[in-house]
Amino acid sequence: MRIPSHLVPARLRAGDQARVASAGLRARPLRAGLSALGIAIGTTAIVAVLGLSSSSQAGLLAEIDRLGTNLLTAKTGQSFTQEEAVMPVAAPARVSRLGSVEEVAHTGTVSDAKVYRSPLIPPINTNGLKVQAASLNLPRVAGAGVAHGRWLNEATATQPAVVLGAAAAERLGISRVHPGQRVWLDGQWFYVAGTLTPATLAPDIDTSALVGYPAARRYLGHTSMARGKLADGPPSTLYVRSKTDAVGEVQSVLAQTANPEAPNEVDVSQPSDALTARAAAKGAFNSLFLGLGVVALLVGAVGVANIMIISVLERRSEIGLRRALGATRGQIRTQFLSEAIMLAVLGGVAGVAAGAVATAVYASVKGWAVVVPAEAWVGGVGSAVVIGAVAGLMPALRAARLSPTEALRAA
Amino acid sequence: MNTTHDQHGQAPALELEGVTKIYGGQPPVPALRGVSFTVRHGELVAIVGPSGSGKTTLLHVMGTLERPTDGLIRIDGVDAAGLGDRQLAALRARSIGFIFQQFFLAEHSTALENVANGLLYAGVEVGERRRRAADALDRVGLAHRSDFRPTKMSGGERQRVAIARALVGRPAIVLADEPTGNLDSTTGASILELLRELNADGATIIMITHDGDLAARLPRQLHVLDGRIISDDSGASFAGSGAYSRPGKAE
Ligand SMILES: Nc1ncnc2c1ncn2[C@@H]1O[C@H](COP(=O)(O)OP(=O)(O)O)[C@@H](O)[C@H]1O
Ligand SMILES: [Mg+2]
Repeated sequence: MRIPSHLVPARLRAGDQARVASAGLRARPLRAGLSALGIAIGTTAIVAVLGLSSSSQAGLLAEIDRLGTNLLTAKTGQSFTQEEAVMPVAAPARVSRLGSVEEVAHTGTVSDAKVYRSPLIPPINTNGLKVQAASLNLPRVAGAGVAHGRWLNEATATQPAVVLGAAAAERLGISRVHPGQRVWLDGQWFYVAGTLTPATLAPDIDTSALVGYPAARRYLGHTSMARGKLADGPPSTLYVRSKTDAVGEVQSVLAQTANPEAPNEVDVSQPSDALTARAAAKGAFNSLFLGLGVVALLVGAVGVANIMIISVLERRSEIGLRRALGATRGQIRTQFLSEAIMLAVLGGVAGVAAGAVATAVYASVKGWAVVVPAEAWVGGVGSAVVIGAVAGLMPALRAARLSPTEALRAA
Repeated sequence: MNTTHDQHGQAPALELEGVTKIYGGQPPVPALRGVSFTVRHGELVAIVGPSGSGKTTLLHVMGTLERPTDGLIRIDGVDAAGLGDRQLAALRARSIGFIFQQFFLAEHSTALENVANGLLYAGVEVGERRRRAADALDRVGLAHRSDFRPTKMSGGERQRVAIARALVGRPAIVLADEPTGNLDSTTGASILELLRELNADGATIIMITHDGDLAARLPRQLHVLDGRIISDDSGASFAGSGAYSRPGKAE
């Protein structure tokens, strides 16, 4: 039988569809808000966790980039006999003669020297600090800046003057540098010339009190013998800047060049490598919070399903009326399904916005780039759609199954 | 089909032939037992009977909200038994208007939006819906209330909004179930007067009531008892005047 055109149900236009789906939410905004809250909280947690870890990762990578990835360090390790190995005095000069090396700085640990705020501090309170002789180009090569006062120069390097690494200054309680300020270093007063900013690529420097090589030799007995004469003490760590495209090449010959007689006593590393690995690990660290976010989402889904079931029960007369006005079962089903999806998406969008704002605020306080990865917000809104559809399906089917006369008589 | 066409060749607005409705259950309830009658276009009919006599069931069956257990229903010449669920929905959207005792208005929508919803499922575009809703509100005397929400309106005004919603699509037939049941008698009388005016403008209206006095003011009364039509009083003059009140019944 041919169906006359006036007996074919009209399709609702997209605008009407949206109006119908949102009618229930507009009628009870408070209830809609509260039932979307679970999904909003879950999405906020997920977006903020992903955003913050991406932003902190971006911050760290930017920092590494700024500091350069072309720094290598060579440290004295342990000898076969488990004694402290010693690097030859000539090591810095030899390394700087390598073709691809741009600059070499070095520090030499002054064994047994400790630094205190005053002679009154018990010797055992070393604060984990060490005293090191430093070459004058150390801050530039290792990527540390001067926080207060000034760095050592040709003159102060020969005097009882010290520059404190960032952590050393903090632990000794020296927040600013003024003339006449001193610390008790290996049983004598040293003047504090300055303090440094943290050296991300060379954390050893942070916990050191740095003096010039000549001063270390004269006041602290950091010496060696060269051609039968007393000379500056040996280095213990080399900081090597090489051409960026030749880092690997330099790395492979660094130990051999620094200590040809015992290359295996030299530990070579690329600090930026370790940091990059740490940055990558940071991105994966927050699975606990992600898990909590997912749990909140599930709770939110149950909330939406619950509210939709109640809604279908309460709105029986509306359903009956709509059927009387000519709505098909399918149109009733679509209405309640879209309402559930709309509710969940409202929660999802609010959650994404809140998560992004939280990320932006925290990242800008930390000075990181704000990164909200696409998978965070696409995933947040997308999972809200899926949650709404799943949570709304059963109530929507129930609404559609309701017989119009039952729905009308119930009122 | 043996549809009885009038002299213009037009099918009646509504025809019932031997309509039976038995609600299943223990024991089964026969709510309608062989109901037959015809309503022509332009008629204003009262279906009157005591509570439980089957009036609401009859309205639901006439309105295709419920299928009869047996018998035939034709709306504007279309046999409802041959139609599927979706086609019945389309038929309701375009050819039938409902008015209920409880009004069934959306509280959070304005009067205008409520009336416009009467055209929603007929596929009328939103601007046109609003225009026609404004006209319909004007016809029921509520043009000045179109932006009010039902919660701010009196019972009589709410029922006028519901009447406008039923009429906005100019359906072949309007079915009203106890439209004055929730109203005081003065307001009820004014609603009845409105239905008569709308009928005079061409609307075909069937009004259900348990109130014999009210029914007596309409041109034709079908009396229902225990699921049967026991009398069909067309008065002296359908389509004429003077049938509004029977002798002895004060207006
Ligand atoms: N869904 C149903 N199931 C069983 N019995 C019903 C149902 N709906 C109505 N009835 C019965 O059918 C009869 C007629 O009811 P109804 O049409 O509501 O009468 P009225 O509107 O005249 O008061 C009553 O006995 C009522 O109890
Ligand atoms: Mg009834």
